Amino acid sequence: MAKNQVGAGPFARRPDNSAFKQQRLPAWSPSLTPHTVLSVFYGLSLICVLLGIWLLITVQNTYQLKVDYTNGSCKKCFEMRKYPANATKNCICTANFKVPKAFLGDVFFYYGLINFHQNLRRYMDSRDDAQLVGRKKSLKFPSTYCKPFAYDENGLPIAPCGAVANSKFNDSFRLVYHQLDGPAVTVPLHRRGITWYTDKNIKFHNPPTNTTLQEAFQGTAQPLYWQRPVYDLDPEDPNNNGFINDDLIVWMREAAFPNFKKLYGILNRAHALFSHGLPAGNYSIIITYNFPVQYFQGKKEVVVSTVTWFGGQNYFLPIAYLVSSGMTFIAAIVLTVIHVKVGRDGKNMEE
Amino acid sequence: INAPLLYLQNNCIMTSKYNIITFLPVNLFEQFQEVANTYFLFLLILQLIPQISSLPWFTTIVPLVLVLSITAVKDATDDYFRHKSDNQVNNRQSQVLINGKEKWMDVRVGDIIKLENNQFVAADLLLLSSSEPHGLCYIETAELDGETNMKVRQSLAVTSELGEPGNLAQFDGEVVCELPNNKLDRFCGALHWRECKYTLTNNNMLLRGCVLRNTESCYGLVIFAGPDTKLMQNSGRTKFKRTSIDHLMNTLVLWIFGFLVCMGVILAIGNAVWEREVGSLFQSYLPWDPPVDNFLFSAFLSFWSYVIILNTVVPISLYVSVEVIRLGHSYFINWDRRMFCNRSNTAAEARSTTLNEELGQVEYIFSDKTGTLTQNIMTFNKCSINGHQVEKSHRFDSQEPHILAQPLDFSAWNPLADRDFCFYDVSLLEAVKMREPAVHEFFRVLSLCHTVMRELVYKAQSPDEGALVTAARNFGFVFRSRTPSTITTQELGKEVTYTLLAILDFNNIRKRMSVIVRTPEGHICLYCKGADTVLFDRLHSCNHDLMNITSDHLNEFAGDGLRTLALAYRDLSEEQWEEWAERYHGADKAIDYREDRLAAAYEEIEQDMMLLGATAIEDKLQEGIAETITVLSLANIKIWVLTGDKQETAVNIGYSSKMLTDDMTEVFIMNGYTVQSVREDLRYSPFICLSVQAPVHSSLRFLVFFASFGGLFTTVFSHDPLSASLFSILISFLKESRSSWQAHALEADMEQEFLETACACRTVICCRVTPLQKAMVVELIRRHKNAVTLAIGDGANDVSMIKTAHIGVGISGQEGIQAVLASDYSFSQFRFLQRLLLVHGRWSYLRMCRFLCYFFYKNFAFTMVHFWFGFFCGFSAQTVYDQYFITLYNIVYTSLPVLAMGIFDQDVSDQRSLQYPKLYEPGQLNLLFNKREFFICIAQGIYTSVVLFFVPYGALWQATQSNGVPLADYQTFAVTTATALVIVVSVQISLDTGYWTAINHFFVWGSLGTYFTILFTMHSSILFNIFPKQFHFLGKASTLSQPLVWLTIALATVICIAPVLAFRFLKLDLKPQLSDTKKQWKAGGHARRSMGGASGPGGSGLGHLGRGGSRRSGYAFAHQEGFGELITSGKNMRLSSLALATFAARHSSSWIDTLRKKKHSPPAGDSSPAPSVAAPVSNSSSLIGPLETAAEQRGQTNADPQVGVADVAQVETGQCSLVVQVNTICKTLLTKYQVH
Repeated sequence: MAKNQVGAGPFARRPDNSAFKQQRLPAWSPSLTPHTVLSVFYGLSLICVLLGIWLLITVQNTYQLKVDYTNGSCKKCFEMRKYPANATKNCICTANFKVPKAFLGDVFFYYGLINFHQNLRRYMDSRDDAQLVGRKKSLKFPSTYCKPFAYDENGLPIAPCGAVANSKFNDSFRLVYHQLDGPAVTVPLHRRGITWYTDKNIKFHNPPTNTTLQEAFQGTAQPLYWQRPVYDLDPEDPNNNGFINDDLIVWMREAAFPNFKKLYGILNRAHALFSHGLPAGNYSIIITYNFPVQYFQGKKEVVVSTVTWFGGQNYFLPIAYLVSSGMTFIAAIVLTVIHVKVGRDGKNMEE
Repeated sequence: INAPLLYLQNNCIMTSKYNIITFLPVNLFEQFQEVANTYFLFLLILQLIPQISSLPWFTTIVPLVLVLSITAVKDATDDYFRHKSDNQVNNRQSQVLINGKEKWMDVRVGDIIKLENNQFVAADLLLLSSSEPHGLCYIETAELDGETNMKVRQSLAVTSELGEPGNLAQFDGEVVCELPNNKLDRFCGALHWRECKYTLTNNNMLLRGCVLRNTESCYGLVIFAGPDTKLMQNSGRTKFKRTSIDHLMNTLVLWIFGFLVCMGVILAIGNAVWEREVGSLFQSYLPWDPPVDNFLFSAFLSFWSYVIILNTVVPISLYVSVEVIRLGHSYFINWDRRMFCNRSNTAAEARSTTLNEELGQVEYIFSDKTGTLTQNIMTFNKCSINGHQVEKSHRFDSQEPHILAQPLDFSAWNPLADRDFCFYDVSLLEAVKMREPAVHEFFRVLSLCHTVMRELVYKAQSPDEGALVTAARNFGFVFRSRTPSTITTQELGKEVTYTLLAILDFNNIRKRMSVIVRTPEGHICLYCKGADTVLFDRLHSCNHDLMNITSDHLNEFAGDGLRTLALAYRDLSEEQWEEWAERYHGADKAIDYREDRLAAAYEEIEQDMMLLGATAIEDKLQEGIAETITVLSLANIKIWVLTGDKQETAVNIGYSSKMLTDDMTEVFIMNGYTVQSVREDLRYSPFICLSVQAPVHSSLRFLVFFASFGGLFTTVFSHDPLSASLFSILISFLKESRSSWQAHALEADMEQEFLETACACRTVICCRVTPLQKAMVVELIRRHKNAVTLAIGDGANDVSMIKTAHIGVGISGQEGIQAVLASDYSFSQFRFLQRLLLVHGRWSYLRMCRFLCYFFYKNFAFTMVHFWFGFFCGFSAQTVYDQYFITLYNIVYTSLPVLAMGIFDQDVSDQRSLQYPKLYEPGQLNLLFNKREFFICIAQGIYTSVVLFFVPYGALWQATQSNGVPLADYQTFAVTTATALVIVVSVQISLDTGYWTAINHFFVWGSLGTYFTILFTMHSSILFNIFPKQFHFLGKASTLSQPLVWLTIALATVICIAPVLAFRFLKLDLKPQLSDTKKQWKAGGHARRSMGGASGPGGSGLGHLGRGGSRRSGYAFAHQEGFGELITSGKNMRLSSLALATFAARHSSSWIDTLRKKKHSPPAGDSSPAPSVAAPVSNSSSLIGPLETAAEQRGQTNADPQVGVADVAQVETGQCSLVVQVNTICKTLLTKYQVH
């Protein structure tokens, strides 16, 4: 526009003859020709079927086993946890299961919760990431989002605050392998390295301290439902205490859906017996049953699984791919028929 | 009661809205009047309530601020330009009597200013005196009412005597007048001066916007200045126009709100149930918020939370994006070189940026004639002299006359020739040189028989006359000067003075004019020119053969769309003259029925004339009119011409512009005289439509002609064997004072009948319409037909119509700019209209529709995922995506590709759009975006959202990473869904984009790139370490490095897109749109041309106008009663020449009153002339009737259109009036409101 003002000739106000202004920019105008569309459809269906088959084969090479221990053999504990008065009493029960076929390779040990809503808006908000990253200020003055789990009745700030941390899953498991011809062996599990790398190294830090961890958490209260303070979560490994406790970190990564599983441990294959994975045979899980689920009609389970590059056993994707491949293929055939019979290249041509 | 008020209105006009200080508050106030903005403000407030807030505050405020600031910037720029144009006008110079030169803005009420020839009048002035005799001055009011012929204004006798500036400075009269109003044709007031009271009428006024012509200078007293002037009062506030898409969009947005509330209610109910069944049990882990004590209250809060989350179905960016797209389209219109007129150096301009897509939906075009279709230039084109036909150019050269034939050089032998005059036929010039008597006589008639006044620079009341006199001049018969009793010409270099005995002036009924002159040799001769139909009846019987030949020629001329006049003469003996002159004087002096008596006297003498020949004048059309009209009507656009001009002229233009064609052979003329007959005519015509369709009556031919004064309705419609609906209607409104009839067609009970008749026609020509009736006709169609209307015009008389129509187009580059100022689009040539509509309009519509479809789709796909997630998260209003994604989705990730599509997309090229006007039809039928299309988009969006939720859900809920860590965490789910969404909508936009420019590529790929960049940035540890609470999604590697995630995204994309692709393909394959076919051909490289020449604008059909069987004569006299009386009265002559006038005294000096009486004389039945004072009042009140009907729309109270004269007068006196007290000597200017 400014350019127009400058000139004074007869065509001073004539717009520029640029391709942009004259809407003549070189352009590619694709169109849906029968050729491209039909080949896309056939191509898609082919790709999908190949992917589907490949995934199916992959998934079928994974093993997975679920043991629900909510009620069955743990009925005693289940009944006991119904009453808050018994909250401090320990309850240990055993669930047995059989591995029909050896789980080869790395074996992962999960606990699963059914109908536990970690994805409620207020639940998910009820945490203080600044506190969990070890900021002193947030430690003493937790975020208001943590209410009502921000301060205990004495007015002490709760660390870690909020509903998420408060409801941390606190059952513990011991897996025992009953050898056919030998003593029962406790299956060794790695209880470390079960978190996301970024969570462990960036997202969670203990408050800085020169002395002990307990010192760092001085003046804070433990979450209401916890049995042990945060600086003493893992009595065996002092480096696994405080906010960087693996179990806490795993729990703090909220699940998207009400039925979820979380990693509990990984089979330690250093043991000769388990060097190839989990051998077939009878197992039992000795459960320290603390986490009450009966209030909300939830269920607890233990999941044992192997993984491939694709992850654990998951039939959804391969089947979905096969189904979409089929649908695409049907669509492609229908389109071809329609096109040949009545399409533009057919009898509509004259129009 | 006198309520004095110091009130010095200056002449400063202000059309701008803001100044620097008021801008922010006023603009914000205006913006928050928009429902959408208020709604978002409301959402923002909701979000501040912590119990409800499901999204952080910035998700709303960022887009809102963005939108508000973009709009504010746009408003500020607009206002800046208004300031600039205001300044330009305000700073024009004018000469104020006492202070010397002043700027327009400093002129005040009560100032006396001097105007010079060709100057614009700066304010509404009371004419005090002028350099011309009798205080006359001539003005052109084109800018006010579009009439190009000159008008006469006269000052009061007392003031015109003042003359000298010195005397004027002593003038201290007091003017009492009506309050400022917008009635252009009336003025009521009185001048009190020296103890006397003088009545002031419109005749004494010079209104702002007029141009002084033919008058050296004049002095005027400023009565109204600035915003009070009639011009400004008429301009009014521009009504904010909205397009039909806007309306549809608003409706849809309301529906979506309804849908939103429904979803909210469903989810709230879900929440109630869930809280009761599950949530209450879950309370040990998550107690209810303190204020919540039961599940119902929780549901209530959840409803609002969901309203906040789901508000993105109607994103605020919708409105701003639409504005941006329209702005882009407007710029393309401004930039279009093919709509740039070299001659006037004017580019097209989209003055309104909000209507572009409506250009693609126009069904009715209302066009002005003069200056729009025609150039208002008359050229002498052909003639037939004594049976010999002479043409401007040879037939063979007619295609490109400028190349093959050299125009004749008249200047060589005729020093007085007009250089601009072009004529190519040498033979005529030869004949003149050969002194052929018939040829000489022919040109003598042209040089004598007219009412042209000035010398050499001919000032004719009608351009036709000017053209004829100029032609005669070039052929050596130069009209030099006239006095009331003589005409001096120069015939082939020799000066000849004729004595003018009488002018038998032109009028509508006579359709001819004659002069009776005495040649220097003493012969008395009557020269006559007029419409052939009239003239041929009055010829001497010996002319029979010549008449036949000439008649053939005339047909030929008419067939070419030329305006013809036949010329004849009659030698009178002295006795004949004496005898007749006596009767003539008798008739002239008669008190009653003067008109009729004069007419009878004229009739008597104009007999037994000898035919000389015929002239053909071309009313030059604008370039490319016929082609444009053909193309537009092929695009199924109905073109109505609304003109104030006469019926004959209008028909003529209709033919030459190809609006009327020769296949409309059978002519049916109806002419209603009374209400009843009009009604009958209208009722009758549908019957004829029906019968025409039936072959039995195919030879139906009606010719009913009521010889009324100007006729109320003339319906010409014809029967075409191929398509029965192909006829055109020609409506002529009676322009003049017959108030009780003039708006009959537009009265409520007749509207429907009129509409039915008119809309069955392909083209409609309405003539003799006042500016207001133009608007009424437009309004009628707007109201009843639910069609998009476009009005195009160049003059101020078109302003009302331009403002009324959906789209107003002004022809720029002419002198007047009123129409342009009122218009939404302006360009300088009518032919640009086809490009504006068929190319820009079509594209705009297409782009806007595609944009809207996609926009609704993408937001539904985006938002509805939350709905499905609600069923899995306990209806707790948890979002699926990260809050930043929600904030940025609409304004960053998906805005630019769709904007690029909305701005640049083309389905077919511009050449093709013009080549196949049928491509325009989808817009008219509103096919590309309507409620059905909307629902399809919504359905597609919902389908996509289902896929986008359930596929990741199915894939993730049990999944683990390859290192065993579960993948079903919230972050992974959110990121997967968001990524899938961005990819799916990007693929979708790629499918929708039909025209991939580099910009589209850049935006589409850029958006994807931006998404991933921002994703990675936000998941980086740096941001987290700074704001751990805000950026808690950490660790991109764990999610996006999982093949599972990518397989999920790929699957979701395939499932979303494949059906779309299939449906698109089916649609294309089974029901291809014309545009698809055209595109296909282009792609295939076929230059097939279907539809033959019919659609190709360059086709043979458009070359030369068909020579028709239908005989139509348009005679070249479009003007009203001429200046004949003015000339013979000698009023217009200088005093020196007046002294020569011998019989000037013969006529009453109040010629101007006579003229006025004639113009405004009441209908024939009411023959007694009104008293002279009352006449103007009654006249104007009758014109006001319909004016006020329109005013009704502006919310004013209105009087009944049929209100009687007395009533109106009553109303007038009932009003308070404005008193202007003038005392220029002491410069004490007081304006008071006097309340009676």
